[in-house]
Amino acid sequence: MLVLITYDVSFDTEGGKRRLRNIAKICQDYGIRVQYSVFECDVTPAQWVELKEQLFAAYDPEVDSLRFYKLGKNGQNKIEHFGAKASFDVFKSPLII
Amino acid sequence: MKKLQNVLYLTRDSLYAHKEREAIVIKEEQNTLQKIPIHSIAAIYCFGQAKVSPGLMAHCSENDVNLAWFDLFGRFQARIQGRQSGNVLLRRAQYRISDNNPVDIAKNIIAAKIQNGRNVLQRHIRNNGDNEEVSRVIGALRFSIEQAGNAKSVEQLRGIEGEAAAQYFSVFQHLIKPSLQDEFVFNGRNRRPPRDAINALLSLLYAVIGQDVSGALNAVGLDPQVGFLHADRPGRDSLAQDILEEFRAYLADRMAVSLINKQQIKARDFETEASGAVKLKEEARKALYAAWQQRKQEVILHPFLNEKVEIGLLPHIQAMLLARHLRGDLQQYPPFYIAK
Repeated sequence: MLVLITYDVSFDTEGGKRRLRNIAKICQDYGIRVQYSVFECDVTPAQWVELKEQLFAAYDPEVDSLRFYKLGKNGQNKIEHFGAKASFDVFKSPLII
Repeated sequence: MKKLQNVLYLTRDSLYAHKEREAIVIKEEQNTLQKIPIHSIAAIYCFGQAKVSPGLMAHCSENDVNLAWFDLFGRFQARIQGRQSGNVLLRRAQYRISDNNPVDIAKNIIAAKIQNGRNVLQRHIRNNGDNEEVSRVIGALRFSIEQAGNAKSVEQLRGIEGEAAAQYFSVFQHLIKPSLQDEFVFNGRNRRPPRDAINALLSLLYAVIGQDVSGALNAVGLDPQVGFLHADRPGRDSLAQDILEEFRAYLADRMAVSLINKQQIKARDFETEASGAVKLKEEARKALYAAWQQRKQEVILHPFLNEKVEIGLLPHIQAMLLARHLRGDLQQYPPFYIAK
């Protein structure tokens, strides 16, 4: 299923930068960065559990926030993109570099 | 059902791929071009001299990602073989049948192969009207299928197969649009290296699909090197070559013809080396992989399972069916063929 993950990490407290980097890295393990702080992750239910667990361990619930938009199985159809840096579907688009 | 995963093609020598946590990172010089999570990838195919870090190699083998290198003709060069996985009992059953009684499986495969070739020709007649020569070959192939069904030995099967392939390729030129037949001349199959554009295209497609088949066989725990029809030879994935036979006409040949006829690939997309070897230029090769990637997502009704599947999963399904047969769950190996 496709999940859109967005996050806000506060720099006010100590370690904000570190948490931000950490969260981005975790998201990159499972998905593609489509904008700053926005990731599209195509995951199996098992991977989704792992991913959430890692994110919960990495963020600070007092000052940071995480938002998950579950787009379901055919989530790609629900996305429209305009403007620069059109992202692609890692499962379907040809990956030819 | 297995999820159809993507394949990453690295086509430039200047590329460097390495691992960063669970992600694959592709760089060119100092620029990061792409970051891709490894779980979305089934295989990485490098064409030419793209570099891959040892860390990523290990990571690929752990995650059952098939990592292989090809030269620019699409000829297979090397692949990373991870720790042997799968079920040893299944492999033993495979070896036993390969040694003692390979004919039953081999003849199913060959009959399906010829049927699929015949299908391509029949399809041509349906779409373009009757053609005497093609019709004659369709008739001859019908006879070959019967012969294959009655074969008693692998040697006999190889003879029938060779004869059928020669017949099939003798009219292959007819599949090309009349207006393009001057540019694309095909006088039978040749390889190592391919010496005309159509042969170059076929070789490249067979190589890429063959790797998908090898990966699928590995994934179900079979040994891709021990075949039923193709003899064992060091370094050759004989079983993958066996299973590839079922797919040649349906996947590769049809795609080659349609790429040419739709002019997605043109005569000027090929270059001839001093040795006479013909190969596809870089841009056209990319067009080919893109077309293949798209084709893999088309959904068809699998004739045996009677289930809708993506074309890209066909190698996995056949590998699974073969494993079931070897384990004794299926009395016969049902090869992939389209009946009409």
